[in-house]
Amino acid sequence: MTTTRLFVIAGLLMSFALVLLVSPFANPNPDGLNRVAEDKGFAAAETDHTFGDGPLADYAVRGVDDDFISKGLSGVIGVLATFALGLALFASLRARRGDRTTTKEND
Amino acid sequence: MHIPDGFINAGTSLGAGVLAAGGVAVAVKKSSQYMEDKQVPLAGLTAAFVFAVQMLNFPVAAGTSGHLLGGALAAILVGPWAGALCVTVVLIVQAFFADGGVTALGLNILDMGLVTALGGYAVFAGLRRVLPKSKASVTVAAGLAAGVSVVLSSIAFWSQFALGGNVDIALGSVLVAMVGVHTVIGIGEGLITAATVGLVLGVRPDLVYGARDLALLLELRPQMRTAGGTS
Repeated sequence: MTTTRLFVIAGLLMSFALVLLVSPFANPNPDGLNRVAEDKGFAAAETDHTFGDGPLADYAVRGVDDDFISKGLSGVIGVLATFALGLALFASLRARRGDRTTTKEND
Repeated sequence: MHIPDGFINAGTSLGAGVLAAGGVAVAVKKSSQYMEDKQVPLAGLTAAFVFAVQMLNFPVAAGTSGHLLGGALAAILVGPWAGALCVTVVLIVQAFFADGGVTALGLNILDMGLVTALGGYAVFAGLRRVLPKSKASVTVAAGLAAGVSVVLSSIAFWSQFALGGNVDIALGSVLVAMVGVHTVIGIGEGLITAATVGLVLGVRPDLVYGARDLALLLELRPQMRTAGGTS
């Protein structure tokens, strides 16, 4: 049995590997909803995104010219941000219930 | 599947925002009731993993791709309510990547967070009731439920489009097209979900919320053996 901490670190490394090494090869075609929107004629209703000119828009890091690296790097930022936000949210949820029903794992 | 700004009118988007906020509030309350210490980092990891895998679009038909939604996967790993919150966190972060409209955030939280996590988990729980109690059953049920969750999500989008679509087109053909392409995407969702749940079950079965009954059996067995030996 691996400890929970080791498991989480391994999971994060796997996520980094996926965004860095696999995501640049992801299929670039429109997804199911966008395809239906194009085929049925409501794709043009899409308006400009609030953060369409943002530093991470469309999974690219502004200033990083290499597409491959730019996408992978944006993914690393996204994975870290999601992990941090998720951890903060779930830790505060756990803290809402003050009792300790489980003993803290020794890891 | 991320709905951009403009597809759905402001009134429907606002209504969806209110509904999504209510759903998230319930999810916060419910998941705080069962969240254990060891599940906190796991839930954070689940959200991060869903973000990563959502970037991996796979081909589904000529000129069309699909990607994991992850709500069913998250629900099976950390529980349905916490799972919905995982996807909500992913969607909020993705807004900064210009993926999914800001005014459409409520619509997207409903379709990709609440519907997939709660609907997917309901299907998963139903399948587990009729399948034998084993790790293999958990993996199979996870895959099937995840596939169904994508179709449910596409129907949820369609109902929002029917209520407040900004373009007036035949609704029946939109429904057929949405369900059709998302049935194929659902196969990919099911395979990724089954593979991930199977992997976690192999390494740390006690961390899979949807397999708590199995973990309990595994933990009890050696104790029972010890109890039998000492008596």
